Amino acid sequence: MQITMTVNGTDVTNEVEPRVLLVHYIRDVLRLTGTHWGCDTSNCGTCVVLLDGQPVKSCTVLAAMADGHAITTVEGLATGGTLDPVQQGFMEEHGLQCGFCTPGMMLTARALLDVNPHPDDAEIRRAISGQICRCTGYATIVRSVRWAADHPAGMTEADAAGGDPSALDDSAGTTTDPGGAAAEAAHAIPAAQTEPEEVTA
Amino acid sequence: MQIPAPFEYARADTVDDAIALLARHGPEARIIAGGHSLLPMMKLRLARPEWLIDINDLFELDFVLRDGDRLRIGALTRHTTLLESTEIAALFPIVADAERVIADPVVRNRGTIGGSLCQADPAEDLATVCDVLGAEAIVRGPSGERMLTMTEFHRGAYETAVAADEVLCEVRIPIRSRSGSAYEKVERRVGDWAVAAAGAALSFAEDGTIVEASVGLTAVGLDGTVGAVTEPAPR
Repeated sequence: MQITMTVNGTDVTNEVEPRVLLVHYIRDVLRLTGTHWGCDTSNCGTCVVLLDGQPVKSCTVLAAMADGHAITTVEGLATGGTLDPVQQGFMEEHGLQCGFCTPGMMLTARALLDVNPHPDDAEIRRAISGQICRCTGYATIVRSVRWAADHPAGMTEADAAGGDPSALDDSAGTTTDPGGAAAEAAHAIPAAQTEPEEVTA
Repeated sequence: MQIPAPFEYARADTVDDAIALLARHGPEARIIAGGHSLLPMMKLRLARPEWLIDINDLFELDFVLRDGDRLRIGALTRHTTLLESTEIAALFPIVADAERVIADPVVRNRGTIGGSLCQADPAEDLATVCDVLGAEAIVRGPSGERMLTMTEFHRGAYETAVAADEVLCEVRIPIRSRSGSAYEKVERRVGDWAVAAAGAALSFAEDGTIVEASVGLTAVGLDGTVGAVTEPAPR
């Protein structure tokens, strides 16, 4: 059957079997491999994408069911070469270790902040509770989302120059080096890596 | 890699369209809503429908509305909506109690009340909730609509009274003044199926006498999900 959907703002049309799962369509047909494929049983949440802005586990959605809808994958988070504040937060607060859960975590965080720009830590934890980090890096993931909530416009020049004031209050003492590291991190990932260039019909 | 066996897919535009598609494609056609019960079973080849009729476009089945002494909930209402509804939480605390422990927030964005009831898993929570609250199921087929009590609706594990060419359209819950309800679940891991769970609802007369009491159990037997009992006026 023929399906058409908007993926990261680009319309895509493909011929697929009805039984193709959305995660495989995204990875194998669109070649957007930022969406990871994990447990296959809607438990781990690494395959989370946004379907019309809502986080869903793409291993348990048919590609056919997304026909006519809008999908956002991790490749669609950055805009115009600028990382989403959530992505910046994961860099600033060391929100990833192996990185396998990271795309799903970041998309859920984005969806949370879209409807609740100032979540408390309990709300952040609840939002990501359907996703598993087997590095067990939950504390830094929560801090990363908090960073994004505190920096809705992302890294500003003042942040880059003077460090992150909110990070200095962090009693855990795992702050980034004010100034140097933050300024460097803001430019660490080339924008080209995050562009959804391969989304073509 | 878990992939369902081949099937054909059709998307319904209206409830009547869904019923017509079910009638046309026969007993091996199945309705798919959130898909978070059916698709995992299809991936494991425990279910092999020949046709899937997708009802996710049927916004006419996605509603929560108060209608006299009934709260009407459309079958396509997602778990997230049920959990976040302040009206439901005020009228029936048991619903939020149960929804909070059904899977996780991402799964709850997809799963629906109608799907949960029609899946009829013996460990499914909303069946107990609906039973305890004395809900009615509105089912529509080629010959029209019929109303089923939960006792009539449940036929056993993975089995309901909804015929192959019928669609569960809504659940109606009677609103009782001076009532209360709650749900408690024992699970091995957060978001897992219940090892066992219990729901209860009470309603009182003006003088504080209990006029209705019901208790339901989840995941304690294969012959249907619940054993709701309504005792006459214990004091």
